[in-house]
Amino acid sequence: MSEDPGSDAEERPRDFVLQCPVPLPPGASVLLGHGSGGKLTHQLIRDVLVPILGDVAGSELARLGDAAVVETDGLRLAFTTDAFVVTPAFFPGSNIGELAVNGTVNDLAMMGARPLFLSAALILEEGLPLEDLGLVVTAMAEACRRAKVALVTGDTKVVERGSADGLFVITSGVGLVPDGVEVGPERARPGDRIIVSGPVGSHGVAVMSRRAGIEFEGELSSDTRPLTGLVRAMLAAGDVRVLRDATRGGLASVLNELAESSGVSMVAEEKAVPVLPPVRAACEMLGLDPLYVANEGVCVAIVAPEDAEAVLAAARAHPAGEHAAIVGEVVEGPPKVALRTGLGGTRPLIMLAGDQLPRIC
Amino acid sequence: MRFVDEYRDDRIALALVDEIRRTATRTWTLMEVCGGQTHTLIRQGIDELLEPEIQLVHGPGCPVCVTPLALIDEAIAIAKRPDAILCSFGDMLRVPGSQEDLLMARAAGGDVRVVYSPLDALEVARRNPEKTVVFFAVGFETTAPANAMAVRQAKLLGVENFALLVAHVLVPPAIVAILVSPGNRVQGFLAPGHVCAVQGWREYEPLARDYGVPIVVTGFEPVDLLEGILMTVRQLEEGRHEVENQYVRTVVRDGNAPARAVIDEVFETCDRAWRGIGVIPKSGLRLREAYRAFDAELRFPREGAPASESELCMAGEVLIGRVKPDECPAYGTLCTPESPLGAPMVSSEGACAAYFLAGRRRVEAPA
Repeated sequence: MSEDPGSDAEERPRDFVLQCPVPLPPGASVLLGHGSGGKLTHQLIRDVLVPILGDVAGSELARLGDAAVVETDGLRLAFTTDAFVVTPAFFPGSNIGELAVNGTVNDLAMMGARPLFLSAALILEEGLPLEDLGLVVTAMAEACRRAKVALVTGDTKVVERGSADGLFVITSGVGLVPDGVEVGPERARPGDRIIVSGPVGSHGVAVMSRRAGIEFEGELSSDTRPLTGLVRAMLAAGDVRVLRDATRGGLASVLNELAESSGVSMVAEEKAVPVLPPVRAACEMLGLDPLYVANEGVCVAIVAPEDAEAVLAAARAHPAGEHAAIVGEVVEGPPKVALRTGLGGTRPLIMLAGDQLPRIC
Repeated sequence: MRFVDEYRDDRIALALVDEIRRTATRTWTLMEVCGGQTHTLIRQGIDELLEPEIQLVHGPGCPVCVTPLALIDEAIAIAKRPDAILCSFGDMLRVPGSQEDLLMARAAGGDVRVVYSPLDALEVARRNPEKTVVFFAVGFETTAPANAMAVRQAKLLGVENFALLVAHVLVPPAIVAILVSPGNRVQGFLAPGHVCAVQGWREYEPLARDYGVPIVVTGFEPVDLLEGILMTVRQLEEGRHEVENQYVRTVVRDGNAPARAVIDEVFETCDRAWRGIGVIPKSGLRLREAYRAFDAELRFPREGAPASESELCMAGEVLIGRVKPDECPAYGTLCTPESPLGAPMVSSEGACAAYFLAGRRRVEAPA
């Protein structure tokens, strides 16, 4: 300890002062909303993380795609990583293990890549029943088989009781982008059609209903599934310019991200967006807007207008896309999304600041 | 979905719009009391479809919005205590207190849990006997029965570590406060359907009679609201001032007798401060003597000086319908859902949030 902290501070070499382009707000801390996939998440990435990473962050990171596409030795590789912390780890229709495999597989598929290899890290909380761990890993194995990927490396760590919520799963994945495939979040053009591959909101509502202890008539289950086959069928049917899986923040947040990346406006029809009846009912009860609820097996495809019907037909012919629908159009204008509502009105479909919170009554 | 789709039918809704415009021979100013109704109206742009014949002003029926700052600060202080767990409906978490909100308290280590029912909070108390579990009992008559039931159960089961931080408010005294406020311009009310599902509408009858205003108990879907507006306009045009019921599929005159009985057993009326409005006599509920042991304010007495509101926020005037959200100078500039100055910009039932989410721009306030 220095006796005179004042002079110590003065003599500290300037090189050791951490500088970042945007000063961090003093005393600020991470809020749960920073993980919502909404505006706060984007602010955290853009204003805090990317500036600190500086030149270390490749141009691909700043592109904020589902996965990075990097070229090496004439090969185009898609590479991504994702952490899964869902509570509860078991929910109607699936569990965290299947989600962790499908999530990473889908992030690769959204770059038009064929997923090949996965890694998995398990963070286990002291006291987790081995039976639960077995169920999760079994689900991971089944999901890998279904998506035709190999889980080639991994890691396990155990943390003290209270340091993790049962278990967390982190997966990374590598895939190969075939020649001729060009998809990216910045490629949407005015006139393009917006296709949603399936009914929205199912995953988030399944998880929330379990969290809330609410049981609904009719089956409410997560939509988690690999989208690789569906994506391949759509790519083969026409000029698909953009693909994005509508996970955190739901369809509304994803459309906003894509409008931003491509520098275009979008108009969506509220009534064209497919939502399953039990999901709609649950959203009514919980006071949620299904357009902002997370999905794990639904993607958005932005398609050249002349190919829209062909790509839609290809999606509907695939089991993962039987409820696919054209929900809107890309138009010229500033990066914004508008929603046409029933009574002939239009309202902006904004990106939420944080999570949707269930209302009081 | 049955009982929803019929009430969102565009053709029926637009026919009602025509009928309202044909019926009104002059401009009428109506208030929808409940924030849920406000959101439907603004989201669908119904208020704009009805102008200029009908002016809709938005009422105080957003429980989160009217909960006083001091009680939110109290909730935050309780959440930060190592010996307490604070349970709340999710809506309350982002509402700004004088320094911070409950989400920040949680990030700072406070134990704040979102529950969907006060009975879930009671369960948290049973599982954590070493902590005092406080449920933030916010809301109008709608949420009072379940909150009363939770306290009743706690007493029956001997769960002594459970307590309520009571912020309950009542609709009829608020309607009176609006009617007697200087500069009041409301000529008819759409009463909140959910509140009346519990209370019925007997207590609105003297209000309609004594103040000469039509009051129509109204539901929450576009067709409900338009039908409620039409019924109110017909009364005004015919010079009547009665209580009528649009929400017949849910509400009866006497309300829900068992629900009213449990409220009456556990709570008694008291004067209560409304955020942005001030104290309204006999406008709140507090725990009766027999249940006073479950009062969180007695267990954790308030410390520190009373907090003061942002001077820029016009929430009070918005909540009594004197100004519309987009007439506030801070609307959309200094006050947004990300950095709200007042609760109506945060809550899913707040009028300011309804305007912002619908993309309404700020207008210059009328001189």
